[in-house]
Amino acid sequence: MPALLEIRNLSKSFGGVAANVQISFDVAEGEILGLLGPNGAGKTSLFNSISGEVTPDSGEILLQGRRISGAGPVACAAAGIARTFQVVRSFDSMTVLENVMVGAFARIASPSAAMAEAAEVIDYCGLVAKIDAPAHGLSPAEKRRLEVARALATKPRLLLLDEMLTGLTPTEAQAGVALVRSVQARGVTVIMVEHVMEVVLPLVSRAVVLNLGRVLTIGTPAEIVRNPDVIRAYLGDRYAPA
Amino acid sequence: MANAITIRRRRELLIGAILLAVLAVLPLPLHDVYTRNLIIITLLFAGLAQAWNILGGYCGQISLGHSLYFGIGCYVSTLMFVNGHIPPPIGMIAGGLAAAAVALLVGWPCFRLSGHYYAIATVVIQEIAYLLALNWDWIGGASGVYIPFRGESWLNLQFRTDKLPWHYVVLAFVALTWLTAWTLEGSRIGFAWRAVKDDVIAARSLGVRIFPSKMAAAGVSGFLTGVGGAIFAQYVGYIDPDSILSGPLAILIALPAVLGGVGTLWGPLIGAAVLIPLKELSSSYLGSSGSGFDLMLYGLLIMAVALLRPQGLGSLLKRGADAGAA
Repeated sequence: MPALLEIRNLSKSFGGVAANVQISFDVAEGEILGLLGPNGAGKTSLFNSISGEVTPDSGEILLQGRRISGAGPVACAAAGIARTFQVVRSFDSMTVLENVMVGAFARIASPSAAMAEAAEVIDYCGLVAKIDAPAHGLSPAEKRRLEVARALATKPRLLLLDEMLTGLTPTEAQAGVALVRSVQARGVTVIMVEHVMEVVLPLVSRAVVLNLGRVLTIGTPAEIVRNPDVIRAYLGDRYAPA
Repeated sequence: MANAITIRRRRELLIGAILLAVLAVLPLPLHDVYTRNLIIITLLFAGLAQAWNILGGYCGQISLGHSLYFGIGCYVSTLMFVNGHIPPPIGMIAGGLAAAAVALLVGWPCFRLSGHYYAIATVVIQEIAYLLALNWDWIGGASGVYIPFRGESWLNLQFRTDKLPWHYVVLAFVALTWLTAWTLEGSRIGFAWRAVKDDVIAARSLGVRIFPSKMAAAGVSGFLTGVGGAIFAQYVGYIDPDSILSGPLAILIALPAVLGGVGTLWGPLIGAAVLIPLKELSSSYLGSSGSGFDLMLYGLLIMAVALLRPQGLGSLLKRGADAGAA
């Protein structure tokens, strides 16, 4: 499969704290890639670079061969990158439909067409019962779905999910997993940041593990769980096989 | 497709049309000049508050210096009429465009500020303009400009004997501002404004261009405020910096929207209907605004709304309507 996204030697630090150091990996078209690592490993920081929210200090990010690093969030959205947020950022003065319409307006100028598109995406994401509900009244799981719907309404090629399954009940998390699979089936490439290994690993084709801002390892789920460096990073030296 | 948004917007248009019809016949049985004047001023401020609401309410950029755009509309239209004999209907549009241009000029540096910093910047810029106008003799300085009477006509926008034509002029202005807000609220830019107001980071991740969106809101808001200023100048026949460029006036433009509900279609109208008669009554019983009582009144009202009903008085009606529907 050709690479949709290429990250080349990306480094970013915030006031002397190195969040990402010399990060390089590819994301293949159509795959679900996991981005794992303990707290403070630099996962969200990397997401912010890919989505254009921050500009890397060095290195570059290419989407289908075109450089997008430093282009800003609006250009990245136009290029086909959409994201959700670790701390949910719904538009709380709007209804669910209106929230998703903001996403649809990224590609569609006509209000009635944007509304039709948004309604379809809401249906697809399983929020149709809440379509006219105000966003501020949704449950945490519904808010996460709303963010996915809003992002999908921009018709992205690449969807960045930042801890979409964190803090959900097991049932809600399973429903979330099903949603991610169906998003992939639509042809959207997904990168997901997660803490919850047992939920993510069955879902992803490959995972990148970050630790202290660097790439610790890249591999299939089976390789990741057996990797001594990964075990050491998560559990400490005592649990790593010699 | 009939969904909640489409149904709501159709209903708003219907209520707007009914309200317009009621307001059109309202002054006919009221021959008293004082009452007619009160209605005219109330309607004018309802329109101005709606103009403010586009930037401050929908887009969430709180401007406390909107008297600047009001004053520019006044000065441009008046000076064109007095010195150039250009009819006020043309001067009104020129005044609106000049106000919009200045609103964009102010927005260019100031929209890089966020939250309170933007609001403070608008106050400072309005105060600078006020002091400049006080000392600029070519535009009348502190003593102001009298608008000469050049014959009763719609072209001159001068009516000596009757207040009724004025009622329809300001009613047209309110209808214009309301229809502008209604149209933009349902459009792509209206959604962008509300997204910017709710969460800038989420908005730009969805491709909303933040700075151009704010500039568009400032331009529309500035234009309508300038038009309102030009109407006011022609109505009272005399302008000076204290009556058209002052800080208290800037508050009075913003307050009806805050009182009635920011970022809503009806908030500015409801707020103006409550605030302006209250203000006029208090100044006729307690002497003109020189006593400062009106400022105390504004402060008390802001405190009361912020504490008791932060969504504004309009939300009380909405709750009633929801309860009625259930």
